[in-house]
Amino acid sequence: MSYLKPAFTHPQLQPNRVGYLKKDYEGVISTLCAGCGHDSISAAIVQACYDIDLEPHRLAKLSGIGCSSKTPAYFLSNSHGFNSVHGRMPSIATGANLANKNLIYLGVSGDGDTASIGMGQFVHVIRRNLNMTYIVMNNGCYGLTKGQDSATADHGSINKTGQPNPFQAIDLVGMALELNASFVARSFSGDKSQLVPLIKAALSHQGFSLIDVISPCVTFNNNAGSTKSYDYVREYMQQTAQVDFVPPRKALSVDYDQDQSMEVTLFDGSEILLTKLKPEWDPTDRHSAVNRINNAKANGEILTGLIYINSEAPDLHGLLHTTDTPLNQLQEQDLCPGTTVLESINDSFR
Amino acid sequence: MKPTDNNDIEYFHKVVDCQYACPAHTPVPEYIRLIAAGRYDDAYMINWESNVFPGILGRTCDRPCEPACRRGRVEEEPVAICRLKRVAADNKEDIKKHMPQGPFPDNGQRIALIGGGPASLTVARDLAPLGYEIHLYDEWKKGGGMMRTQIPSFRLPESVLDEEVNYVLDLGIHTHFNTYVSSMKEVLADGYDAVFVGTGAPRGRDLSKIPGRKEGDANIHIGIEWLESVAFEHTDSIGKKVIVLGGGNTAMDCCRTSRRLGGEEVTVIVRSPFKDMKASDWEIVDAQREGIPIRNNMPPKEFVVKDGKLVGVLFGKVRAEYDDNGRRSLIPTGEPDEFVEADDVIIAIGQDNSFPWIERDLGITFGKWDLPVLDKTTFQSTLPRVFFGGDAAFGPENIITAVAQGHQAAISIHLFCQGMDLMERPDPFVQMTSMKMGIHEWMYDSGIAMDKRFQVPHVQNDKALSDIRVEVELGFEPPVGFKEAMRCLNCDVQTVFEKDLCIECDACVDICPTSCITFTTNGTEEDLRTRLMAPATDLTQDLYVSDLLPTHRVMVKDENVCLHCGLCAERCPTSAWDMKQFFYGVTKASEVCQLVLE
Ligand SMILES: Cc1cc2nc3c(=O)[nH]c(=O)nc-3n(C[C@H](O)[C@H](O)[C@H](O)COP(=O)(O)OP(=O)(O)OC[C@H]3O[C@@H](n4cnc5c(N)ncnc54)[C@H](O)[C@@H]3O)c2cc1C
Ligand SMILES: Cc1ncc(C[n+]2csc(CCOP(=O)(O)OP(=O)(O)O)c2C)c(N)n1
Ligand code: SF4
Ligand code: SF4
Ligand code: SF4
Ligand SMILES: [Mg+2]
Repeated sequence: MSYLKPAFTHPQLQPNRVGYLKKDYEGVISTLCAGCGHDSISAAIVQACYDIDLEPHRLAKLSGIGCSSKTPAYFLSNSHGFNSVHGRMPSIATGANLANKNLIYLGVSGDGDTASIGMGQFVHVIRRNLNMTYIVMNNGCYGLTKGQDSATADHGSINKTGQPNPFQAIDLVGMALELNASFVARSFSGDKSQLVPLIKAALSHQGFSLIDVISPCVTFNNNAGSTKSYDYVREYMQQTAQVDFVPPRKALSVDYDQDQSMEVTLFDGSEILLTKLKPEWDPTDRHSAVNRINNAKANGEILTGLIYINSEAPDLHGLLHTTDTPLNQLQEQDLCPGTTVLESINDSFR
Repeated sequence: MKPTDNNDIEYFHKVVDCQYACPAHTPVPEYIRLIAAGRYDDAYMINWESNVFPGILGRTCDRPCEPACRRGRVEEEPVAICRLKRVAADNKEDIKKHMPQGPFPDNGQRIALIGGGPASLTVARDLAPLGYEIHLYDEWKKGGGMMRTQIPSFRLPESVLDEEVNYVLDLGIHTHFNTYVSSMKEVLADGYDAVFVGTGAPRGRDLSKIPGRKEGDANIHIGIEWLESVAFEHTDSIGKKVIVLGGGNTAMDCCRTSRRLGGEEVTVIVRSPFKDMKASDWEIVDAQREGIPIRNNMPPKEFVVKDGKLVGVLFGKVRAEYDDNGRRSLIPTGEPDEFVEADDVIIAIGQDNSFPWIERDLGITFGKWDLPVLDKTTFQSTLPRVFFGGDAAFGPENIITAVAQGHQAAISIHLFCQGMDLMERPDPFVQMTSMKMGIHEWMYDSGIAMDKRFQVPHVQNDKALSDIRVEVELGFEPPVGFKEAMRCLNCDVQTVFEKDLCIECDACVDICPTSCITFTTNGTEEDLRTRLMAPATDLTQDLYVSDLLPTHRVMVKDENVCLHCGLCAERCPTSAWDMKQFFYGVTKASEVCQLVLE
């Protein structure tokens, strides 16, 4: 098994506007299983960062524990990084962001890391509208610990052990909407034409962005009967309409074909309808988004694409009225401005 | 685009750039791997089977493989293919035991080979094991043709030449050396079942129309005649000031030889621009390294003779202009002519074919430039039992072309003598073998070495110039040879895609270091080339296209800069990609060697 990626690249590939080749956004060679959806998401992150001319040192990648949380080793080697303990990435991200709001924060997590052990952290980081992109590589199982059903595994879905999942699934998108997240999207690891623009949009969004990316675990959850297998996805991809490139810092315009819906019959005879958002869909109206996601769920549909965006909501710094200067750059004289200032403050309370 | 057929031999043949470019289609990457493995005998035998003269070619080959080598498109320089061949030749052990062992049962048929150069020797090697009685005629005292008479010993030591010529002659060839064949009629009258003409292009061009040519004749030499007399030690000195006229490889050999025979101020003067010179880059560099200036855009106007002796040459000054078709004309610049002093002048401006010994009433038709009219595939002349090959067939080329043509002529002669259809050419020997060893383990070294091309060491100039027999290039020592061999990308280990296994997970696209693979909707080739992960502008490099996948897309792989690193196949969860070694061997008239390939 190769542990080194050849250093050669295509000689005709051009650097982006900040002078970096796509290769400069890559990491070390992945040790994930061949065909793991997570690797495709890593590649989408690389592509997105290259496309939006992001200087690698302006980004910090953070993760928890899991195969998904290992991926920051496989992209953006020239960026900052923090691999935290299981489910605790949001706290680390919050601390880092509070200290230095000038960096772009990219959190990478799994469905276990987020919806099980990290649920408490996840909901609070949404509430606070921390300015970060939060990607869940959602494979419906604990890949790293050999494929146990996770909290996002659909009811009745069968993993490699052959046992149907007896529990109800947590829908991270529905939950994020419920908690008033300011950017909510769902995508699929095998549909880069949709995922890359979504990542670009999320990185550009001021506030908390969730992208729940269905990402098949080829080793433990890619069997017939699993709702997160490639077979299932293959059906899905037949319906895919290309998502247009979203230029950074421009109004989002996402192009979908109308009526892109399909039925997938599951093990118990139930049907899931995959639907793309329709053009008349208003992603800025939270009520319609909530309704739509509820309707979709009631109809057995999975919505992918951008679901909701509120570009006006103040992020945590806005809510806390922090200084324009990042806290980690404040000097002693900024923090202890002296007796005169203290007296004038005291005076203001008299 | 139409899907690529995974059974299309020629498609995969073309992917192996070096082998495809080699006229004899030597399985280059296969022998390079064997060199890396230290299996020099096997590497030598792969070569010997294909090109008959590995030690000679490892020093002198025109190496059309190298400009074709994929490595040269990925980084600056191609693999030193030619010099690796020499590593095999230099380090092999007793190789003769791997070669066919005579005597071979007589099949009752007799073949005459006229000329003892590489073309004839190749025919001899291919036919001898089939039991033909082979008679080889050459005007010189030993075999080898121009490899002996022209290529100077500082590039090709006589011992190497003798060794490899003898491997062929020892197969039981009846040699008739020191025999100039002066009549084809007589040869035919001898009752040979077939005659092969491998007499080369033996006439050097002259500049007879230039004033002073006759008067200065004592010090004006025709390049190939002069080199020949040096080779046979009839000439062992030259004047101090020498002008060599011409910009091809013969000119390079003439000037470098002059430097070794007493020439102190040797100058190459070419009538056309430097960039139009026909000589190989490395030959030019080697000449320059020996202190030989090259002057361009100077056509000779007059051989200046004083008191009956040549004193120099008067040159005009021109510049080149090219019309829309790229055709060149040399326009006088109007600058004054320049006189260059010389004690001797060597004219090395090309060779022509000449067949004064073939009577024109035998049924052998000659066409343009007095070249025989031949079938391009079979090398058969208009007289069915007479075949041509090498420089004698289509004009001067090089050793490897002579060898490749010799192989084909041998097949034709064999088919002819067996009364079979000459157009029923044997298929190449082809094998596709999966290199999969474990889940992600390959039977070849798939890692990509980052070393730049290693330079072959040379002897010191003063030592080299002191004796014409001192070989200039020293060859790679085995450890360097190993490293150079590791630069090879194993282009014969093919990426083979089975679309029915593909689950479109994108893993191959994501991992490919050189962005070769794209999944997209189908289109015409022109259109597809604009929609790939990376520019696909080299139209000589094919696109590998799959049939429609479940998402109605196709897989498109631009072969151009694929590193054959196997990562796509390693990352593929379903083995839709496999790395398969593609062995392509041009079938010879006989299975002439027992390759030790396990
Ligand atoms: C100066 C020079 C340097 C070269 N260097 C290289 C090089 O580095 N690499 C390379 O690949 N190629 C080189 N070549 C070209 C190469 O030598 C020839 O292309 C090649 O030898 C052709 O092989 P052949 O078998 O067709 O004929 P030749 O090698 O020409 O052999 C023909 C033989 O037949 C003999 N002959 C001709 N007529 C008769 C007759 N009537 N009776 C008996 N014998 C006859 C000739 O004397 C000669 O010995 C060089 C050529 C020259 C002139
Ligand atoms: C505190 C703690 N509890 C449990 C574990 C064991 N563990 C490691 S990874 C993992 C689940 C990871 O699942 P997920 O986040 O979905 O990642 P995946 O591997 O599926 O990408 C668990 C439970 C741990 N490492 N730390
Ligand atoms: S176990 Fe599953 S999630 Fe983990 S690397 Fe393998 S395929 Fe990916
Ligand atoms: S890299 Fe090796 S196999 Fe590929 S063209 Fe060059 S020598 Fe041939
Ligand atoms: S072998 Fe596969 S991964 Fe490697 S360069 Fe070629 S196509 Fe890309
Ligand atoms: Mg998981």
